[in-house]
Amino acid sequence: MLSRVADSLYWMSRYLERAEHTARVINIQLNLMLERESQSEDLDWERVGRSLGMDKPDDDLDKDPDKDEEWKTGSLAQSLLHDASNRSSIVASIVNARENARQVREQISSEMWEQLNRLFHAVRRGSPEVWDARDFLQSIKEGAHLFQGITDSTMTHSEGWQFIQAGRYLERTMAVSTLVGAHFREFHQPAHAGAERVYLEWIGLLRSCTAFEAYCKAYTADVKPDRIAEFLVLHPSFPHSIRFSAEALETAIKEIGREAGSRRAARVERIAGRLRATLGFSQIDEIMAGGLHSYLHEILRQCGQVHSALYQTYISYPIEAALEA
Amino acid sequence: MAGTATKHTLPAPFHEYELDDAFDEMVDSGGAVRPHYRHIYEALRELTGEELRRRQQIADLSFLHQGITFTVYGRDEGTERIFPNDLLPRVLTRGEWDRIEHGLTQRITALNLFLKDIYHEGKILNDGVVPREIIYSCKHFRRQMRGFRVRKDAYVTVAGTDLIRMPSGEFVVLEDNLRVPSGVSYMLVSREVMKRLFPELFRKCGVQPIEHYGQALLSTLRSLTPQGSPRGTSEPTIVLLTPGVFNSAYFEHAFLARQMGIELVEGRDLVVHDNFVYMRTSAGLRRVDVIYRRIDDDFIDPLAFRADSSLGVPGLFNAYRAGNVSMANALGTGVADDKAVYAYVPAIIRYYLKEDPVLDNVETYLMSDSLQRRHVLGRLQDYVVKAVGESGGYGMLIGPHSTAEQRDEFRRRVEDDPRNYIAQPTIRLSRAPCFLDGTVQPRHVDLRPYILFGDKVTIVPGGLTRVALRKGSLVVNSSQGGGSKDTWVLD
Repeated sequence: MLSRVADSLYWMSRYLERAEHTARVINIQLNLMLERESQSEDLDWERVGRSLGMDKPDDDLDKDPDKDEEWKTGSLAQSLLHDASNRSSIVASIVNARENARQVREQISSEMWEQLNRLFHAVRRGSPEVWDARDFLQSIKEGAHLFQGITDSTMTHSEGWQFIQAGRYLERTMAVSTLVGAHFREFHQPAHAGAERVYLEWIGLLRSCTAFEAYCKAYTADVKPDRIAEFLVLHPSFPHSIRFSAEALETAIKEIGREAGSRRAARVERIAGRLRATLGFSQIDEIMAGGLHSYLHEILRQCGQVHSALYQTYISYPIEAALEA
Repeated sequence: MAGTATKHTLPAPFHEYELDDAFDEMVDSGGAVRPHYRHIYEALRELTGEELRRRQQIADLSFLHQGITFTVYGRDEGTERIFPNDLLPRVLTRGEWDRIEHGLTQRITALNLFLKDIYHEGKILNDGVVPREIIYSCKHFRRQMRGFRVRKDAYVTVAGTDLIRMPSGEFVVLEDNLRVPSGVSYMLVSREVMKRLFPELFRKCGVQPIEHYGQALLSTLRSLTPQGSPRGTSEPTIVLLTPGVFNSAYFEHAFLARQMGIELVEGRDLVVHDNFVYMRTSAGLRRVDVIYRRIDDDFIDPLAFRADSSLGVPGLFNAYRAGNVSMANALGTGVADDKAVYAYVPAIIRYYLKEDPVLDNVETYLMSDSLQRRHVLGRLQDYVVKAVGESGGYGMLIGPHSTAEQRDEFRRRVEDDPRNYIAQPTIRLSRAPCFLDGTVQPRHVDLRPYILFGDKVTIVPGGLTRVALRKGSLVVNSSQGGGSKDTWVLD
């Protein structure tokens, strides 16, 4: 498989996962805002921005402090929905996913391309206000799920599909780690304990990972931060847990190594294996004692290493290394 | 110029179908429906306008969802557009097609002999059949190709010749597209859509299949495998080289690569080492044997041609000259579809094949000839003036539809650089029925069959019929408001 094609499939998949994740997080946030009094919607949206991995809210927000609160509130949310220049926004993610797919149009099935194209036209057409965006967000999530289903059932599960898997699960590992980290830093404080508002926030976190129902089955609706952390970080078989995602990532990387038959595959496989092992052998009490935030920070760092190693092995390797054979 | 429109009283949905002096594909001069259109004519009379509109919508949606678009250059808004596809097929009889096939085979054979000759001994120039200065002043002449033996002497591997039908009903060649002709994917896709929309008509009419085009192209490319390739001619590595997603024909590149099961590569996917071409894959570097290139000569190798090209592959031309990789089409074929050289093609056919051309040319005036120039410039309103090296409907003046200012502008341009222009009389292209605004109306059409030249000549029956969708317009190019329709050759 062409290196450029592997690259595009990987990013197509990452961007779609990102669009779906962002849509879900915003949808949950809108839900929360309906149910409780907020001190400042502005701060709420800033927190959403942080939990999606934006370092700080758009600089544009700070340019004109005289603008009234509503404008600012609308702006970040609106930007996360529709601003093509905001790289975390849904529209940018879908456009980028489609652009990557377009580069490898002949490598994916026609059904996949048509579905992604439909999603793209829907995003470009619909420009709802934030408070009218529920249907829009729902359609993004459904569209992304449909795309995954179509991908799994119409594309050969060979190397290209494995790159799609790798992209999806690396993105998911990183997105959930970022989300959980931001959430715990914000709400896991003694001052907040027991407050009604915080209870809703914890449920919001679970819902943002589609985990509320699964969590209740495992632990009942008794919401405890430690258990939530254990569930989202270490659950072995829940598909949005960090551990599950990292294991799926490692599986995909091993399969890629097998399919491509590259002599240089050992390094990336070792790094992905270490990430899986880190999560596989951790205990939640030790994690919490040592600080969840620094633990997740380490996970994110290892994800970065997997990404770089994947690139060096399959995508942007030096010609000299390949010619020595 | 425009003929007297005679209103025939055809029943709905043909009530707006007016005839004039152009050849009509469906109705003969007496106003009767031609026998090979009878099935379609009857089927259309039975379908309601609503039903036809519904089918048109299904077709449009299918094109949209497959992302069948082309790019319009030089405009900001909506650079990606859907290619308009007309619902009604254009029909040719077996007899008409046989003659076309014969003529095109003859033409491509002669043109390949011509290209080999001018890049080697130049006998045709020495014999004074084609003037030397026309060849050497052609901007698509590649001196780098002098003396280089092209694999199997297949210079033009893929051609897309534009044919038009004169008011007499005779087909003539308007231009030979010998560099990187496009449009074949529209032909294949629109056939797929039509089979879904009119299955009953296909059964009744006996339409010749075209679906084997991809396979035929692949075996033609295979036949060009360099001698000494490690995998031999059985399993050569063939790639399609595209300029990338921003090219107007990218959809087609991806489509063809998929049809043939070959890699679609961009310049950055290829590297040249020691005069061998490799592609970068996840498993390492892999040697490439044949390149079906959809990049113009100028951009293919920044070391040999335009240094500012970022689309090409540095060193590719050297690997090509070393015989380690084949390219289709060969470099330098553009000299034979220069519009001034086009005027000599009938002479070229007679020279190499000792036969009379089956398909005639359109009468062409060379602006480099002072007598012919004076004649044309005196009555520009009657002529179409074209720049010799342009294609796609760019850089031309259509006399009857031009303003006095445009004519003055072109007169100046022609006088400044006469070698760069030719003129042809305005021809009333034939017209075929189209489904527009709920009724069937005639529109002007041309025909572009696709010709493959390898170990043998292959032409799938039919081709792309392009149609000028604006009423009265004679320009069929997609960039200028044209569309396409399926072309049926009946048994």
